[in-house]
Amino acid sequence: MVMKKISFGKALNEALFEEMFRDENVYVLGEDVGEFGGAFGVTQGLYKKFGPKRAIDTPLSEAAIAGAAVGSAVTGMRPVAEIMYIDFSTIAMDQIVNQAAKTRYMFGGKAKLPIVFRTQSGAGSGMAAQHSQSLEAWFNHIPGLKVVMPSTPYDAKGLLKTAIRDDNPVVFIEHKLLYSEKGEIPEEEYLIPFGEANIKKEGKDITIISYSRMIHFCLSAAEELEKQGINAEVIDLRTIKPLDEKTIIQSITKTGKAVIVHEAYKNGGIGGEIIARIVDSEAFDYLEAPIKRVCGFDVPIPYNRKLESLALPTKERIIEAVNQII
Amino acid sequence: MKLQKETLISLYQTMYKIREFEKAVVDLFSQDLIRGSAHVYLGEEAVASGACHALEKDDYIVSTHRGHGHCIAKGGKVDKMMAEIMGKSTGYCKGKGGSMHIADLECGILGANGIVGAGIPIATGAGMTSWIKKDSKVTLCFFGDGASNQGTFHESINMAAVFKLPVIFICENNQFALFTSTNKALSVKKVSERSTSYGIPGYSINGNDVIEVFNTVSAAVENARQGNGPSLIECKTYRWLGHFIGDPENYRTKEEVKNWKLKKDPIEIYKIKLFKENVVKEKELAFIEKEIDNEIENAINFAKTSPEPEDKELWTDVLC
Repeated sequence: MVMKKISFGKALNEALFEEMFRDENVYVLGEDVGEFGGAFGVTQGLYKKFGPKRAIDTPLSEAAIAGAAVGSAVTGMRPVAEIMYIDFSTIAMDQIVNQAAKTRYMFGGKAKLPIVFRTQSGAGSGMAAQHSQSLEAWFNHIPGLKVVMPSTPYDAKGLLKTAIRDDNPVVFIEHKLLYSEKGEIPEEEYLIPFGEANIKKEGKDITIISYSRMIHFCLSAAEELEKQGINAEVIDLRTIKPLDEKTIIQSITKTGKAVIVHEAYKNGGIGGEIIARIVDSEAFDYLEAPIKRVCGFDVPIPYNRKLESLALPTKERIIEAVNQII
Repeated sequence: MKLQKETLISLYQTMYKIREFEKAVVDLFSQDLIRGSAHVYLGEEAVASGACHALEKDDYIVSTHRGHGHCIAKGGKVDKMMAEIMGKSTGYCKGKGGSMHIADLECGILGANGIVGAGIPIATGAGMTSWIKKDSKVTLCFFGDGASNQGTFHESINMAAVFKLPVIFICENNQFALFTSTNKALSVKKVSERSTSYGIPGYSINGNDVIEVFNTVSAAVENARQGNGPSLIECKTYRWLGHFIGDPENYRTKEEVKNWKLKKDPIEIYKIKLFKENVVKEKELAFIEKEIDNEIENAINFAKTSPEPEDKELWTDVLC
């Protein structure tokens, strides 16, 4: 397989190009996604290639962007709607949660809603409380939505292509600090199915479960733990919903211990749900220790560099959590 | 514009069908055969009838929580509607949507909506499809005076105006947003004044005059079809019943309601006009009414005798 090294942002851009070539019903809409090429450059070149009706620069109107995606999806299109920051999804929430997610069910299965809500999340760049959140748990809570959070360029491209081909609304969440990260992807086309976690590192002593940017923190923690003689398994969920429960349970029946890591707030976060699924399964009998969560603290993300980094999980906190239960 | 007899009678048929359907809904609700909430359209029949007659079959409408009239006017089947409202498996949504979520995509009915103002961006999206595909379809977006105070109203009409989308925004000003008079909640006398903010044509018309509605919407539809973008049409009308069935209605006087029913009933006014202009004879109209009465009666029987959804339906249609 011929491989090439490209950035996370470029990988997403390739996915959009390929899918827009493949299917003329696919189009992007959002704030500055056309001529400007996207606030984070993900839609670069689409306007030039496909024109202003397939790379649509909208007014700053998140509710109308999300709602227009719903209306055009029920009339046969496959919109990729960009919500520039996940923090702004609050403005579009009715359309995502009450309309996109429920329309098929409310209509007794008559409608298809092939929409991707592409959005960007995460802290670490000094954007403060309204531009740094990780709100995946909100969307995970809603029946009728799928939630995807890639960690590498390879996953970003393969999962975005799958999201665009999915006939259901998908909330596709990209971490802002991953856009420039580079990784290898094949030259030829590939897709990554939803609901298949990726075991990034095999291990037998403890299972570390995470997704998105935090995977990289977990991997470097695991590397350091290896030096201490602790052999950690690291699982990248890739999709929050559908959740690959099987891979999680299999791993814990092997290791008997688990740490869950995410940048989002601990209270009501995905970690709590994963723990519930574990203790509700056959893995419960294999548990040898309490399950630990390493999460963002339950505070608005502060602006100050030192305070911001204090609010977020670190490699050290992951190692500490592992050591508490090993 | 001189209208064909066929159109003139069809407008009456639609209004009458809506009236009788809604009377049946009120009756069934009082018998506990309809649960939850049913927002009826009594008194407002001319708006949906006039507006939807301006459309072709494959054009779209987006409806509201008070949507039965829109669905009937766009060609929805009263038996499947009634079955849906009674929560039966033969209903438009298999009994899973109810009164506030009736949709028939084959008829271009993109759905009623339980959230006030939420249909406005959805209609804008349907217009976006037509704009991208150049399919010459037009979308009528129905919403109430209350919805015109929602953020989605501003976001969507601005966006539709910017792209010149083929969407007609039809505000049904029935004088009340839930239990609050428009006088207390609107910053302008006429909702149509707001059109100037978006640089699009705006009209405030008598929503109880079915011909005025038909003519105004027809012109706006034609304009949109030619690529000239959206219009905002405020149809002034009056909600005969409360916000919901059982509303105590302590926010208005009985006299006010009586006055509208006696003097401004859109169906009575139109009926007199049809007789006066010799469009139709009393006997002919009575026959038309009888046919509709039978259709409604059959719909009620169909709904009553239809089965409940099976338990497994709980789990279907969440995802494709």
